[in-house]
Amino acid sequence: MERTEAELIAAVLRGDPASFEPLVQRYSPRVFATARRYARRESEVEDIAQEVWLKAFEKLHSFRGEAPFEHWLMRLTVRTCYDFLRAHQRNRESSFSDLSGPESDWLEGFVTQPEAAAETAEAAKMLVTRALEQLSPAARLVITLLEIEDRPVREIAQLTGWSVPLVKVRAFRARAELRKILKKMARDKYL
Amino acid sequence: MNVAELQKKLIAAARVQPPDDRVPYAFEKRVMALLAARPGIDRWVWWTRGLWRAAVPCAVVALLLGAWVFVNSVTSSNATDLAQNFENTLLASVDPSDQVQ
Repeated sequence: MERTEAELIAAVLRGDPASFEPLVQRYSPRVFATARRYARRESEVEDIAQEVWLKAFEKLHSFRGEAPFEHWLMRLTVRTCYDFLRAHQRNRESSFSDLSGPESDWLEGFVTQPEAAAETAEAAKMLVTRALEQLSPAARLVITLLEIEDRPVREIAQLTGWSVPLVKVRAFRARAELRKILKKMARDKYL
Repeated sequence: MNVAELQKKLIAAARVQPPDDRVPYAFEKRVMALLAARPGIDRWVWWTRGLWRAAVPCAVVALLLGAWVFVNSVTSSNATDLAQNFENTLLASVDPSDQVQ
């Protein structure tokens, strides 16, 4: 019979580390999906996921069981991703002059017929990734959580550990930052 | 180019294509091996680390207090002595020199 999440956690806290393995198996897809939003290289994604699980094991005693384990783990994951972004912020690209062929085509298609530009196109995804990579860590995190994952401000505050007003201020700044980056992209492409 | 519209389109593109949730093969085994290979917690290491962390704030507080005491002693040597004034006021009523002859 499959043991419940609470039983597994209690067993780990009693000193049975082997009970941690089913938790890793169960929740790793969520951790990997979140990490892939912030890191492009697969090796970086794996590093983030690994760090999340090591931290989760270390801090498991702080899990009170009032909220589901998944929420607690997601908080840890988002904060680890934010730390990753801050540690790698110097690697941000700074030019849009090297857009790939499909990206350029999609952008040109958008300029001529904005309604016809498909949101499902792979080129659109590549462009948005490129734009997000140029945002500051806080802006990228807030745009991802608020605009892409469509989470409410209160939930973002819980996930990030920021206050609700701080999330709102950062969201305002992040949208402005993204607009500035897109303007630069248009300028680099057409001037 | 309409930047606001482009922003909307790109955000929509990111929304409709969620990231892959694939987990590498035997990832959980790797995590468990890492956990098993970690050294046990040495309480002395934590204690020493705590002492080192506390050293700088303690030094800063000691310096600030030292500076405050020094500045105070310099200024109070010229000013009237509060303790002496207090004593004079308290003992004024029993001071024989003030009594009317």
